Order: sequence, then C-alpha cells, then structure tokens
Amino acid sequence: MELVYALAVGILVSAGVWLLLRPRTFQVIMGLSLLSYATNLFIFGMGRLHMQRPPILNDAAPDPSLYTDPVPQALVLTAIVIGFATTALFLVVLLALRGLSGTDHVDGREPEQ
Amino acid sequence: MLLTLIAALPFVGSIAAAFLPAGARNAAAWLAGVVAVACLALVALLYPGVQAGGVETFRFEWLPQFGLDLYFRMDGFAWLFALLVSLMGALVVLYARYYMSPEDPVPRFFAFLLAFMGAMLGVVLSGNLIQIVVFWELTSFTSFMLIAYWYHLPDARRAARMSVTVTVAGGLCLLMGVLMIGEIVGSYDLDDVLVAGDVLRAHPWYGALLILIALGVLTKSAQFPFHFWLPQAMTAPTPVSAYLHSATMVKAGVFLLARLWPALAGTNLWFWIIASAGAASLLVGAFSATFQRDTKGVLAYSTISHLGLITMLLGMNSELALVAAVFHMMNHATFKASLFMAAGIVQHETGTRDMKRLGGLARSMPITAAVATVAAAAMAGVPLLNGFLSKEMFFAEAIVVGRSLGMSITLPTIALLAGVFSVAYSLRFVHQVFFTEPSHDLPKPGHEPTRGMIVPGALLVVACLLVGVLPAVTVGPVLETAMMSILGPELPEYRLAIWHGFTLPLVMSFIALAGGITFYVLLLARGAVMSPTPILSRLNAARMFDVANVVVVRGAAKLSHLFFTRRLQSQLLAIVGIALVAGVAAFGSTGWSAGENPLTPIDPLFTLLWVVGAACAVGAAQQAKFHRLAALIMLGGAGLVTCLTFAWFSAPDLALTQIAVEVVTVVLLLLGLRWLPRRIAFDDPRRKTPRARGRRARDFLLAVAAGCGTAALAFAVLTRPQVSDLPGYFLRNSLEVAGGRNVVNVILVDFRSFDTLGEITVVAIVALIVYALLRRFRPAPESIDVPKAQRADPAPLTTAVDAPLPRGYMRLPAVLVRLIGPMAGLVSVYFLLRGHQAPGGGFVGGLVMASAVIVQYMVGGTMWVESRLRIHPQVWIALGMIGAGTAGIAAWFAGKPFLSALAADLHLPLIGDVHLSTVLLFDLGVYMLVIGAVVLMLVALAHQSLRSPRRVPVEPSRESAEETDEAEAVV
Repeated sequence: MELVYALAVGILVSAGVWLLLRPRTFQVIMGLSLLSYATNLFIFGMGRLHMQRPPILNDAAPDPSLYTDPVPQALVLTAIVIGFATTALFLVVLLALRGLSGTDHVDGREPEQ
Repeated sequence: MLLTLIAALPFVGSIAAAFLPAGARNAAAWLAGVVAVACLALVALLYPGVQAGGVETFRFEWLPQFGLDLYFRMDGFAWLFALLVSLMGALVVLYARYYMSPEDPVPRFFAFLLAFMGAMLGVVLSGNLIQIVVFWELTSFTSFMLIAYWYHLPDARRAARMSVTVTVAGGLCLLMGVLMIGEIVGSYDLDDVLVAGDVLRAHPWYGALLILIALGVLTKSAQFPFHFWLPQAMTAPTPVSAYLHSATMVKAGVFLLARLWPALAGTNLWFWIIASAGAASLLVGAFSATFQRDTKGVLAYSTISHLGLITMLLGMNSELALVAAVFHMMNHATFKASLFMAAGIVQHETGTRDMKRLGGLARSMPITAAVATVAAAAMAGVPLLNGFLSKEMFFAEAIVVGRSLGMSITLPTIALLAGVFSVAYSLRFVHQVFFTEPSHDLPKPGHEPTRGMIVPGALLVVACLLVGVLPAVTVGPVLETAMMSILGPELPEYRLAIWHGFTLPLVMSFIALAGGITFYVLLLARGAVMSPTPILSRLNAARMFDVANVVVVRGAAKLSHLFFTRRLQSQLLAIVGIALVAGVAAFGSTGWSAGENPLTPIDPLFTLLWVVGAACAVGAAQQAKFHRLAALIMLGGAGLVTCLTFAWFSAPDLALTQIAVEVVTVVLLLLGLRWLPRRIAFDDPRRKTPRARGRRARDFLLAVAAGCGTAALAFAVLTRPQVSDLPGYFLRNSLEVAGGRNVVNVILVDFRSFDTLGEITVVAIVALIVYALLRRFRPAPESIDVPKAQRADPAPLTTAVDAPLPRGYMRLPAVLVRLIGPMAGLVSVYFLLRGHQAPGGGFVGGLVMASAVIVQYMVGGTMWVESRLRIHPQVWIALGMIGAGTAGIAAWFAGKPFLSALAADLHLPLIGDVHLSTVLLFDLGVYMLVIGAVVLMLVALAHQSLRSPRRVPVEPSRESAEETDEAEAVV
C-alpha cells in the first residue's frame, strides 16, 4: 500500500507541476488544485497508513497505539477549507485579469513571439 | 508626568487638528496656539526642578530586557531647548494664522506643525538614545510633509523629496552610530552614556561611530557637503521656514552634538570632522548668501553659515567654545526667525521675494523695515545686540584654540572672513529690500501687514535687544543652568558683557564690520549686487543630487532587470527548480533508502482506485488548455479518489470535508468557466515551433522529476516508524481533559483553537476580497453575450420569478432539490452538534449547509431563489467571527487565558442534563462563518451572469458603468 500511496502522491505532483508551468491561468488554477491534493495526501501520510483505526475514542483510558495519528488530520482539515478559499480568490483574480487585459495569459498579455 | 504631557500634548493637538474641516482656519489656529502656550507654561513650571544641575525624569518601562524604556529626561540644556521650541511654536502659530491664505487647507498645516512640535520636543526631552532617533526621524517626516504642503507645486514636491532623502539617510547613519554607542556602553540611557566618555573615546569603534553620528548630525543641520537641501526647502510656507528651517529642526543636529559633547568630544578626530565641516559651511554659506536674489535664499544660506559657526565652535574641543555655541544657538534662533517673518511679510504684501524687483519698502512698511533692520544688525554682529556677544565669543575662541602656528592663523582668518561676508549679506538684504529707490514693478503695492503678523517678529527683536544690552541679567542664569547640565557644576570662567575691554576679538568685530561694509559698497559700485555667486554657482549640489538620484534609480532598474523577471512562468520555474534542487541536496549526505517497517499488503481495489485517480490527474493536466470542462470533471475525479483515500486510511473527518469541498470547488470553477475565452486546439501555430516544443519538454522533465522526488520522499517516510509522541498526547488527553471523543475535532476547536480562529479569519477575509473584487468586475467584451449553449436552448433554464416550478426538463430536479433543502439543513446541524464525539464538526456542517444553498441557486436560478429567500452571507460571516471570538473572550471572565474551554453541566427541568461548553459556541462560530464565506463567494460569482444580458454591447461611459455597478451590486 505504501508504494501505491507514494506513487499516487508523485503522479499528482507531476501533473500539478506541469500545469503550474503552463501559460494559461485556468491551467495554473487546475495545477494548484492538483498540487493541493498531493500536499494534503503527503501531510496526511506523515501519520502513516492505518486502516480502521479512526481517532474516535471508545474508552476512557485509550491506548494510543490503537488509533491513527490525529495531528496530520487536523492540519489537513483546515488546509482543505483554506484551499477552497484560495482557489476562489485565484479564480476571481483570474477573471478580473481576463476582463482587464483581454487575455488569459498569466502575464496579462500574449507573448510577443 | 508633566514631562510626558509636554511631549504628548502637541501630538494630541495634531490629531485633533487633522479632524477639523478644511475651512476651519481660526479653530485650527486657536487649537495650535493653545497647545503651544500650554507647552510653554508647562516648560516654565519645570524650571525650578532643573536649576543648579537638577534633572527631571519620567520613566515608563517598556522593554526593559532590551534596555528600551520610554524615558523622558529634562536637564537645564533640554529645558532651554524645550523653551525655545514651545516659545517659537507659539509665535509661529500666531504668525501663520495671518500668513496662511484662507484658500489653503489650514487645519492640515497646523496638524503637521503640531506634530513637528511634538517630535522636536521629543528629541529634546528624550533620555534614551533610541528614543531620540525615533523622534528625530519624526521631525524629518513632518518636515517633509510641511515642505510639500503646497504639493501642487512641482518644486515643493522635489524639495520635500530631497530634504527627506538627505535627512532620513542621515538618520539611518545616526541610528547605526547610536547602536554602536549602546553596544559599547551597555545602555542607551543618556545618563549612562554621558559618563562613559573615556570608554567611548578609547574604544576601537570610536572612529566609525563618530563618522556615523556626524553624518546624522551634519545632514540634519544642513552642513557642508549636505547643505543643499536647505535652500531648496524654502519652497515651504514661510512660517515653516522660520520655525523648522532656522529656529528648531536644523538645530537638532547641533543640539545632539552638544548633548553628546561630554561623551564624544575631546579628540583630534572630533576636531577634524566636526570643526572642518563647520568651517566649510560657515564660509560657503556666508559667501553664497551674499549673492542670492531670493530673500529667503539669503536667509537659508545665512542659516547654513550660522549653523556652521555653531558646529565649528562645538568642534573646537574647548568648554568655552561650547558655551559660545549654546549661546549662539539661542541668539541665532531669535534673530533668524524674526528675519524670516519679515521676509514672509514682504512676500505676503508685495507678492514677490525677488530682491531685484523689491526696493524702498521702508517708506510703505516702516515697522517691518525697523524690525528687519534690527534683526539683520544682530545677524551681522553689531554691538548692543545679541549676535554681537556670541560672535565675539567665537572670535575669542578662534584666536586661542589653535595649538599649532598654522591653526592659530587659519582659524581666526576663517572667522574674520565669515564675519566680513555676514556683515555684507545682512547689509545687502536690508538695503536692497527697504532702502533703495522705491520699486514700481511690484505685483502688489506694499503696505504694513496686520498686527498679528508683525507682533511675533517684533517680540523676537525686542529679545535680541534685551539680551544684547543686559546679557548677564536676561540670559545669564538660564545659560548657566544649561551649561551646568552639560559640563557639571564647575563651569569655565566666562563673562556675559558687552564690554570686555579693548581686546583682540573686539578689534576683529570692528574689522569685520568695516570690511563687510566696504565689500558691499564695492559690489554696489561695480554693479555686481545681483550677479550670480562666483565660482560656487557652477557647483550646483542640488543638481548633482538629482543626477545621482537618476543614476541610482536607473542602476536599480538595470539590476532588477538582470536578476528579476516579471514573467510568472519563469518565476514558478525557478521556485520549483530550487525546491527540487534543495530536496535532492538534502538527501545528498545520507542517500535515499526505504525504511524497515514491513509493508502493508497491497489491496487490488485500492490500486485500481489510484489507477483511475492517476488517469484523472494526467488527463486533467493534458486537457486543461483546450477542453476545460473535461479537465474540470477529471479534477473532480482525482478529488473523489483523494477523498476515498482519506476514508480508507481512518480519516472520516477528512473524507467528509473533502467531499463537501469538492462539490463547492467544482461549482465554483464551473461558474468561472463562462468568463474565459474560447480556445480551439487548431488555431495556434505557435505551439509547433521548436522553441515551444523545447519548453514543453523541459517542463515535462521537471514535472516528472518533482513527482519522482515527492514519491520517493513519501515512500521513505511511510516505511519508517513514527518517532514523536505528539499523537499519544492528544489521544490520551482528548477525552479526559477536553471531554471529546473525536480527537481531530477536539484538536481543532479546543487544543489548537487559536490556529483555527486564525484560519477561519483567513477564510472570512478571502470571501470579502472575492466579493469586493467582483463588485468591480469587468467581463471581457466577447464573454458578455448569453453563451451559445443557452441561446440554442428552446426552453430557457431560468425559472420565471413568480412560477412555483420551472417548465420543461428542469421540473424534476427542482422538486428533488427543494425536498433535499431542509434535510440538508438538518444533516448539517447534526454534523455540527455531534462533531465533538463522532465525525463531523463546524467545518463539515457549514460546507454541507452551503452546498444545500448553492444547489437551490443552481436549479431555481438566482432571481427565483432570492425573491423567496434572502440570505445575508456577510451577516453569517460576522456572526461566526463574533461567536468564535466570544467563546475565546469568555475565558477571560473566568480568569483563564484566551480561548480556554469553559464547560457547565446543567440540570434543566423537563429537558434533563445538558452539557454546555464554550467549545460548542466556538464550533458554531466556525459553522456559521464557513456557511457565510462559501455562500458569499459562490453567490457573488453567480450574480455576474445576471448583469450580462442587460449590458449594452457598446462600451458605456465610465459614469454610467459605475451606476450600473452600484445598481447591480451583488447580494
């Protein structure tokens, strides 16, 4: 499973980075979304992969080894929501740029060549 | 306490003046006058405390561990300057009331004037070196604002920029010098620094710190070679010139020199740096003043020259010279301010400052002429006036200080030469303006000004006379108090008197008078009174400054052009490339290896899941340019697989959040797609060039490398055991301490709730930015029309506002969605309430509720929904912030730190036992804020389509476009 998980993160990063370097704003926004999936998965993976051990406690004196690490989950949870907010912000900036400059190139003008 | 009041009062007055309406000329003047007089009275009240070497202090501990306190300290010398600043302030306010024209925004003027007064009093009264520098910079800033007061004049703006560049650069040097002093002495307190003179002078840093302090001081006091900003600053209103640029601010430099004199003076280096800068300014200023055509120009150069005289005295390393310097600071302030006021009156009444046009004004303005003549005589050093006394002391010092033969000839020669020029320019000033043939070429016929303008200058002139005739009675005690605070109780022998017997300095005074008169008569005879300054007019320092400015700016532009690109792609390439290199380099020393943990067996279902996920990711990457909708669907696919992965590996909360966010993200991007330009795969030949292919190959390799690197890193971590016990801490304490079974939620709303508070604040701010940006949104022209798909549709999707259900194929979804609405609300509240014990919480609940609202919009149409249901997302955001904040602040009332959880178990009749906690309130805040923020962003974006059909295709004029915007302001 670890191998599949690592490969999944790697592929998401590759696709994200490729899009990040493209010239059109929509491509960049897609790239950032893919990268944020990858990053969230990567951080989540820092708690290692455990199946059927959600950090929902059953008894008063819990044994930590029976539960997965809750800290990366807490980090990723807010990251997901903030990721949505920044995507929205970037989308609106993208639209405003398009309206003002008449192009969807990331530099606000078509390349000269 | 009174001390702080002196420094604080002007700032309070300044803020009050800033809020007065622009036409409130009298109110602003009264306010400023009252503040200045109050300061003056307070200063006068404190005199008994500083007599005989006493020191008044007030200390407020601020950062004691860094030796930084708010420390005000008034000794005799500071008292003298505080008196000067507040007294001059009061007189200048009176003068300015009549000088400023009713058309000017006078409250702004007085606001800055008062702020300057406060800053200057701060410099004078600070007992901490850092604090002095802070107030010092404030004086530079207020001076900038006052020089640029008439900012519609290009000259004023240029002069203001020049002065602020020079003085602030000097201020930075001063700060460095002060920091070095602090390092050496171990304290920034003036009391400690002043007694550490021997340590400072013997320290190897002494040379460097002296040069830095000198740079600060010489720029501030407009000393050669930094003098050029002062004549330019004469574009400021005349009250500013009289107050800042002759009486007080330019004195800050020499004030600090005298202040630090016991700590730094006494070495050869001090003599060479300070005295030679002073001597050069003395000569250059006096010489240039003799040839200015502008009345204020004469006074500006003469100010440079007199400050040079003071600086030179301070540089002579003699206690008597120090006495003379302090004495001359006072004298110069009195006569120069009254001269500036006279020059201002002349300009005010005749409309010009050009001495070639002015002439013979003594007949029409006799009082002004009398005042100016006496003041100019004081400036020239005529006996019976104060200028004569300090100048004679200067001559005396110049004779005795020189230790070598060369020096004992050079110093008196410089002094005498400067004396000659000073007599010449004083005479020329008075003669040309008041006593030549009356001019007929004036913009306005001159006449006496109102009393308010002449009184301040007249009072100053009376002071010149009184000090000049009875120095020992009038100024003697005050000067003695001031000197004792610098030099200690044992003062050198000096005698303030007009007649010291028939001495060499007296002879020099008379030679200077005779020489000056002769020089001026010669100039008159040769008709060269209005010729430009010989030699020096070619060396235009102001112009050199401008050239240097341009060179620096161009150089900076070139440098940034070399090292920086505005192109986003190159920047991102650099970021990714550097991250990759840094990541690989981190493995460099140890090499990469997999960990020892046994691998969990591979589940084919999970593998299949990620085959789909990877295909979606790669597909999205490939299609994002030409098939945006397809790419978006595939992005959603990758998101779903991510969501399932969270669920797979024991993270139910994450899975819930991810799926809800996935929904709103896709809706968001779908709403955005409509405003993007059409792009067809075959219309771009640029994609086929070798260069474009090469670039894509490079990016592809980089992307693959980044992916491989991250995968390798992830694998290396996943196969190693966990080392920290952080999860153990949270798992053990969650139930016991915080009373929650869902540890993720407990971390979010209890253990680390301050982080969460920050995060929801970010979300709220982003939502408001999105809203604000969309209010001014201008779609691209070709996107304005109704999209092709909608035009082709025979039955429009939008529901009529009054119809209960849409027509056609949208009817069924509409019924379903309306059924779902209340249920979704119920589910969201359920998630919120159970979040502490089971998967759920404010984030998930809020997202579910927001999706429910959005779905109503999507199916019913914006108009239809809003005609029935007014939601105010901003209110939700505000309530959410208030809720979360209240939960945090409530802890204060229980005597606990911010955001501590408070719980109460109540037993209510009928309902039973209820567990109430501020944590729930906090989570409720998160819930409401998330609903508000998400709905605000999506609805604002959805509203953009509403206004497009109404927009006329022709570009409307700006005003009408603004109106439409207001009318269609979203939500």
